[in-house]
Amino acid sequence: MRLFHIFIILGITIFSLAYLASCHSNLNIETAQYAVNGQKLYTTNCQNCHGAKGEGLGKLYPPLTDAAFFKDNRAKLSCMVKNGMQGEIIIHGQVFNEKMPANPQLSELDIAYILTYITTNFTQSDSIYSHQEVKEALKNCN
Amino acid sequence: MIRTFFCTAACALTFVACQPTAKKLPIIGEREVVQKEIEGKMVADTIYPTIPKFEFLNQDSVMLSDKFFDNKIYVANFFFTHCPSICPTMQRNLLKAYEKYKNDNRIAFLSHSIDFKYDQPHVLKSYASKLGVDNEQWQFVTGTKAAIYGLSDKYLVYTKEDASVPGGYDHSGYLVLIDHDKRIRGAYDGTNSEEVEKLLADIDILLQEYK
Ligand code: HEC
Repeated sequence: MRLFHIFIILGITIFSLAYLASCHSNLNIETAQYAVNGQKLYTTNCQNCHGAKGEGLGKLYPPLTDAAFFKDNRAKLSCMVKNGMQGEIIIHGQVFNEKMPANPQLSELDIAYILTYITTNFTQSDSIYSHQEVKEALKNCN
Repeated sequence: MIRTFFCTAACALTFVACQPTAKKLPIIGEREVVQKEIEGKMVADTIYPTIPKFEFLNQDSVMLSDKFFDNKIYVANFFFTHCPSICPTMQRNLLKAYEKYKNDNRIAFLSHSIDFKYDQPHVLKSYASKLGVDNEQWQFVTGTKAAIYGLSDKYLVYTKEDASVPGGYDHSGYLVLIDHDKRIRGAYDGTNSEEVEKLLADIDILLQEYK
């Protein structure tokens, strides 16, 4: 009977570890948690325009798959999401010039979740946007 | 028990067997039965609601009327270019249908703007081309509030100017399928991918009526 219990416990442990490892082999647990929370927020606040896979729509809504754009604008992304944006931008070499509405309903932490989700899922980034980083970034919006 | 089983199986078989020929789309809306005199005899005639005549300015600043859709089936909806909520999803889905039937002149598409203040023809033109629409098969139109909102009722689509909702206009995201007689043959939630799949299937069924 004892032995049986040990087997079960061992089994569960191995299974959970394997599960975690297979899910996000390159993400640490905190980043993965941020991304999971971000996915829900993305679905309700962003997906209609930017698409389920971040593919965008024609030349109306830009894709969220341009890793270089994210990297170059890392400090500005929080402001873009919070306050919306307009004017010409270039995504994957394609010009976009439309208007994105502001998202006053999103908290700093929400934005950290969403940015972590889009950068890790739609591009190959593995870095987290921490609550602290978003807070700092939002102080410097213009 | 066994008998029930056989019965059910038989019924299911008949049903499946009959499907291909029997499949026809319903006609939607309150029907009215009127008495009509034909060659001196009174006969009952069923009248279905139809989309009335209309005339709107399109994305090329040209008057577009219901005549454009004569001898075609078409899919209609109501949207506005700066809609932050359901429209992008609805238009992304309608674009799938447009691309599937592109250059097939048996079918057309018609998007009415409910933002009669902002969506002037040149705004609609820019929107259409950025969406990826580059021929006249998909028309984008604007008109007076009374005309557009009045017509949306006929399509059984809810529209309302409402400052309390994001974007300033409230409306439902239905894609409405219209036949050659301007009757409604289906209404599909344009934000729901399963219903959009059904629209694509139903378009093919409706086209069969006009072979
Ligand atoms: C109503 C449609 C709409 C919604 C909703 C929307 N966006 Fe945007 N977004 C746009 C448009 C349009 C642009 C391009 C603006 C421009 O041309 O300057 C854009 C640009 C962006 C950009 C920078 C360009 C790029 O492709 O990387 C990011 C990042 C972004 N959006 C993220 C988000 C996030 C996150 C959300 C949800 C919180 C969101 N957007 C919701 C329309 C939208």
